[in-house]
Amino acid sequence: MTTTTEPAPAVAKSTAARTKVLQRQGAAVALVLMVAVSWLVFPRFGSLDNLRDLALQGSFLAVIALGMTFVIITGGIDLSVGSVYALGGVLAAWGSQYGFLVALLLPLVVCGLIGLVNGLLIARTNMAPFIVTLASLLFARGLLLVITDEGATTYQIAPDSAFVELGRGTVFGFGYPIFIAAVLCVVGGVVLNRTGFGQNVFATGGAEQSARLMGVPLAKTKVLVYTTSGTLAGLAGALTAAYLQSGVTVIGVGLELDAIAVVVIGGTLLTGGMGTVLGTVIGVGLIKVIQNVINQIGTLDSNYQSVVSGVFLLIVVVLQRILRR
Amino acid sequence: MTSTATPAPTSTATRTAARTRWLQDNGVYVAVVVLLLFNAVFTSNFLTVGNFTTQLVQAAPVLIVALGMALVIGTEGVDLSVGAVMALAAAIIPLYLGAGPLVAIVMALVVGVLAGAFNGFLVAKVGIQPIVATLALLVGGRGLALVIANGQLVQLQDRSFLELGTGSVAGVPISVLIAGLLALAVAGLTNRTTFGRQVVAVGGNRRAATLAGLPVNRVLIGVYAISGVLAAVAGVLATSRLAASDPADMGMLMELSAITAVVVGGTPLTGGKVRVLGTVFGVVLMQLVRATLIKHNLPDSIAQMIQAAIIIAAVYVARERR
Repeated sequence: MTTTTEPAPAVAKSTAARTKVLQRQGAAVALVLMVAVSWLVFPRFGSLDNLRDLALQGSFLAVIALGMTFVIITGGIDLSVGSVYALGGVLAAWGSQYGFLVALLLPLVVCGLIGLVNGLLIARTNMAPFIVTLASLLFARGLLLVITDEGATTYQIAPDSAFVELGRGTVFGFGYPIFIAAVLCVVGGVVLNRTGFGQNVFATGGAEQSARLMGVPLAKTKVLVYTTSGTLAGLAGALTAAYLQSGVTVIGVGLELDAIAVVVIGGTLLTGGMGTVLGTVIGVGLIKVIQNVINQIGTLDSNYQSVVSGVFLLIVVVLQRILRR
Repeated sequence: MTSTATPAPTSTATRTAARTRWLQDNGVYVAVVVLLLFNAVFTSNFLTVGNFTTQLVQAAPVLIVALGMALVIGTEGVDLSVGAVMALAAAIIPLYLGAGPLVAIVMALVVGVLAGAFNGFLVAKVGIQPIVATLALLVGGRGLALVIANGQLVQLQDRSFLELGTGSVAGVPISVLIAGLLALAVAGLTNRTTFGRQVVAVGGNRRAATLAGLPVNRVLIGVYAISGVLAAVAGVLATSRLAASDPADMGMLMELSAITAVVVGGTPLTGGKVRVLGTVFGVVLMQLVRATLIKHNLPDSIAQMIQAAIIIAAVYVARERR
């Protein structure tokens, strides 16, 4: 009796394990393949300059996507990050006239506050995350326009200031933002997997009712997660401003979609309760390599980039769905 | 003792609940009336036919998209791809305009139906969350539209096609007329047909609807297809009014405007209820807010922040109470 029933769970387990591996490593395999093919086909792809550039471009998105990963694991979504990112850049550029600390802290504080309000509204009033953060998308863009005389003023950052160094300084040719993003992602990964807060993040997104009964501080977790997302988006904006030496007002439109896309491609479930920081980093790498290759081809319209991103997103989501059955 | 003590709190509670429900149901109408009165008194040149025509022409594409969005939200879904579908429709028009305006319009609408049905297929058959399923088309759709158009704005010369955006019948602009007719059609569809009942049933409780033997998949695919074709109609009308195909900007952030109008109009995001008249007034309200702010010389920045506050307030009032 027992001997006949035994194999079934084993098979189920191995299928489940295979599913898990595919879900976890699918993006990684795609990234390795993409890099290998690009390296062989495009001689310029493997050059140190190009790789440095790729990593730098990816670092800004990675910082935003890190916050988004936490939000999505709690079962939420943060549509405001694109606007908050742009606001952070403008605040940093405006603040740079008062020195390094103001330039760095002002965007973090203001953007963190926007995230805090998002979190409070979502956690305390039971409103849908996507509508709350939609409103703050509009609000942050409005605030940006107020600061910049309706977008007419672009604040410049003095080229010799220490703040510019933060965006343009390099170690072995690799820009500081790359190291900042790397450190943040490592810290984020540790927090998510090795701390009580990380456990709460997973529990909130896994089964909210059960989490509530188990005494998980749902409201506190949500508020913290959205505050983190806002702060990180502000930091990414500040770094971008330091790199560009000015607070460009028109950037960040639609960036929330890129951030969500890379998180999902990295294997984090949009339904919440499951996800990894490493996956998100791989997702960022994948999107940036695709972008880079499309630029290398040259004859291809840069608009193909969003088509490819969309198709990729679709394939990943459909695969996730099929594998979970 | 107890008989005198208990009724007081209960009746207060029910009265508060009743007031909240009344506000949920009629808040949008009150707000529109208040804004109209405010403008009639404080805004010069507000009560003119010219002004009303301008406002309605501007609101027409948003209304058409919002009608489809209301149906989708009624099934507990959301369609983020409407702006991208408008861009696709805009990109299709110049390709087929050589074969006549009718062919071009039909092709644009076919693309809209296909895009919507594709969304519906992902939601119904594959079982992907609506927000994710339509996100893919939002990300990719506009890119595809730009690829089709080679990333360029194309000026349109065809007289009869442009007539659609600029012409009027008995003083009413054609685009407003189309929006009005579509609103009536969608209202009839929701309130008077089996399909309408099924939409609400699927949104109210999908599992129960399945168990009751309703064609849930067909309803979902149908709803998303309707949303797609309505977005394409809006794209065609907006393109005609612009006298140019501009896939880069066409329908940008339209999903936000449409969702806002639907939610402000009292259709809950949790599904199970579709309010067509409320949606129409939601569109009118947001248009009035914008017009009021512009006419009183408030800058765009403040206008955006006020819109954000209105969205939060509307959703706060309409939210599901535990």
